[in-house]
Amino acid sequence: MSPSLTGTGHGAASRGGGGPPARAVPHWRRGLRPYLLIVPALLLTGGILYPFGLGLYYTVFDFAASKPQPDMVGPENYRRIFTESSFWESARVTVLYAVGAAAVETVLGVGVALLLHGSTRVGRVLEKILILPLMIAPVIAAIMWKLMLQPSVGVINHLLEPFGMGGVQWTDTPAGALLSSIAVDVWIYTPFVAILALAGLRSLPASPFEAAAVDGAGWWFTFRKLTLPMLWPYVLVAVIFRFMDSLKVFDIIYALTEGGPGDSTVVLQIRAYLEAIRFQRYSFGISYMIVLWAVVYLVTMVLVRYLGKVQNRAAEVPK
Amino acid sequence: MDMRVPDRRRFLTLTAAASATPLLSACGAGFGGNEERKGGGSAADDVTGSFDWKKARGRTVKALLNKHPYTDALIADLKSFTEKTGIEVEYDVFPEDNYFDKLTVDLSSGRASYDIFMLGAYMVWQYGPPGWLEDLGPWMSNSSATGAEWDQGDFFPNLLQAGQWSLKAGAPLGQGGQYALPWGWETNVVAYNTEVFKKLGLRPAETFDELREMSGAIKRRAPGAGFDGMYGVAVRGSRSWATIHPGFMTMYSRYGLKDFTVDGGRITPAMNSPEAVAFTRDWAEMVKKGGPPSWTSYTWYQCSSDLGAKKAGMLFDADTAAYFQAVKGASPASGKIAFHPGPKGPDGSLATNMWIWSLGMNARSGNKHAAWLFLQWATGKEHLRRAAVEGNHIDPVRRSVSQDGAYKDKMKGIEGFIETFETVVDQTKIQFTPQEQFFDATTSWAAALQEIYGGKNATSVLNGLAGDLASKVG
Repeated sequence: MSPSLTGTGHGAASRGGGGPPARAVPHWRRGLRPYLLIVPALLLTGGILYPFGLGLYYTVFDFAASKPQPDMVGPENYRRIFTESSFWESARVTVLYAVGAAAVETVLGVGVALLLHGSTRVGRVLEKILILPLMIAPVIAAIMWKLMLQPSVGVINHLLEPFGMGGVQWTDTPAGALLSSIAVDVWIYTPFVAILALAGLRSLPASPFEAAAVDGAGWWFTFRKLTLPMLWPYVLVAVIFRFMDSLKVFDIIYALTEGGPGDSTVVLQIRAYLEAIRFQRYSFGISYMIVLWAVVYLVTMVLVRYLGKVQNRAAEVPK
Repeated sequence: MDMRVPDRRRFLTLTAAASATPLLSACGAGFGGNEERKGGGSAADDVTGSFDWKKARGRTVKALLNKHPYTDALIADLKSFTEKTGIEVEYDVFPEDNYFDKLTVDLSSGRASYDIFMLGAYMVWQYGPPGWLEDLGPWMSNSSATGAEWDQGDFFPNLLQAGQWSLKAGAPLGQGGQYALPWGWETNVVAYNTEVFKKLGLRPAETFDELREMSGAIKRRAPGAGFDGMYGVAVRGSRSWATIHPGFMTMYSRYGLKDFTVDGGRITPAMNSPEAVAFTRDWAEMVKKGGPPSWTSYTWYQCSSDLGAKKAGMLFDADTAAYFQAVKGASPASGKIAFHPGPKGPDGSLATNMWIWSLGMNARSGNKHAAWLFLQWATGKEHLRRAAVEGNHIDPVRRSVSQDGAYKDKMKGIEGFIETFETVVDQTKIQFTPQEQFFDATTSWAAALQEIYGGKNATSVLNGLAGDLASKVG
């Protein structure tokens, strides 16, 4: 068989006639080409899998600074985690934080999006301002809020003073510390939900709303029966992102309270950090991370499956 | 024709093989730790002949440093080290908030990114047992590696002993290898605002009861005497090990209380003894009645700033935290801050806990001779005198520097500083029991203190803490 018929010489031969004869591409190189094309993706996958695999491997040992030559302990680290009351306390705080932050951000974000939707020049200016908190690194935002919440010199108490509410010890009580942390999260991430919801609102078809208006439907009816069902897939995407992120929170709480007072804001990430880095019990700390990863993965799977159903349902709404 | 089309099965096989490679190599991955030197012994044994500062010229030492006024004095003097030895120094400076995370990660990775670094005595308990720290004892005793002018006997003994440990949990300091050298330190005493003391007719507290009462009195009376928003005493309160070691541990020790008891090598938590519970309750009560608002987030930085901003009448913390507010022009309270050893214990004890900035060497360093020459110079009389007189190295680790006329002249402008330093220096030492779980124990202790401050029953909180720690350190 002529090489020119099997190789890339095809194009060269048809192009020119007078040019030098096309070189045959060896068989092995042609066979290799598809694999070369996927090398970047493979490297990326390997880059993720390697530390994950290594981390998983470490969890079956009792590796710590005090034990540099560890023994294999099987699932002992996981057994310890699930039998320690501190884990369940951290899990409770993490869930409270994630549910609280995601819920408030969703309600506020959708509310803000509804207010901005349809408004004119003012709305467009406010949109730009709205994303400012998202441009600040969460740890910086938390430090900023820590200063503002300082009871004696903080601006928040200063503003509340004329109403007889100055002197609030914002982060000195367990409930206050958790609520303050959620408030900072809400301040930073509500714009994220609002932007997604606003994009969703702007992509909704106009005809169902026009029909509803012609039929004399009220605002609340239209919102409940048309806007919300069609907007729900967008909102749910925001909820998934925020809930996942809130389950993994570290920076905001660590900068604001370091997990205190007592253990009241020690979420799972903070406990993992303390165990692995501060107390140098590496295997135990990584086991915490693996447990957290599994929780986030499972929750996300459930939410994504639900999102699929919601999208299908939204698609059935007459357009 | 042999045209092999890449099918899905082959693709998956190859992908799986490629993905498994790192995983398999992970299985063979080491766990860090220390590599034993071939043939045993110390690298110090390789240095022979007469001592010469120029023996390692042309080498470069890499240093990891924490941002601190002591560090500034060191960096300002590095040129003289290079001139003396022909050794260049490259350094990275990190802020204290993440300095130890950086150092811990670096050492635990098993790399030798840095030959020398700053550390505290407590870090020796963490970094020593895994073999990350070079035992400096053989270097100190080798006259070929160490010049006679270094003069080991000139260090305050408690400071030198702070870096010396046998690596056995519960064993006292001052025995075994020398894993860190004293370079700069801080003693924990009371600094107070002379202006408010004068106006309210107060004198520094001599007992803990007086201190508690005075803290509350300042908080009640100072705002009415022209000190708007002033409270009594600034002490740390964040959920961190650093909350326990300054004022709290100092007063705790002056009451003769222990963190752990050691009996036949067995370590038992003692922070729940009836006396310790009573003291801890009193401390929390003092903070409530005379401490800072938002105390549970207070670090040394807020405490120091409040003294300087005339928000705190007193500070029970590191002397450096007050000194840098006291110097001329540094803060609104500068010139109005004085020092006092602080309250005595019931038996008159002035036992004081200390923080010591030490210098250590990476056991994996491939540049140990040059690194040792650097450590020798940085902890030597010549540099430390210059740092104390010209820089802000205000707590000398060497007796000769503390007695130096120029140093005393410089410090006498700060009321009570020299007298306080000389009163407590021989009674200042590490008051904790050396053990590897120090950071876990003290972080949990700080959390317990916050809970007691929040109103929980001190006995049950401290019993819970002791029970938890018993399983970790016992």
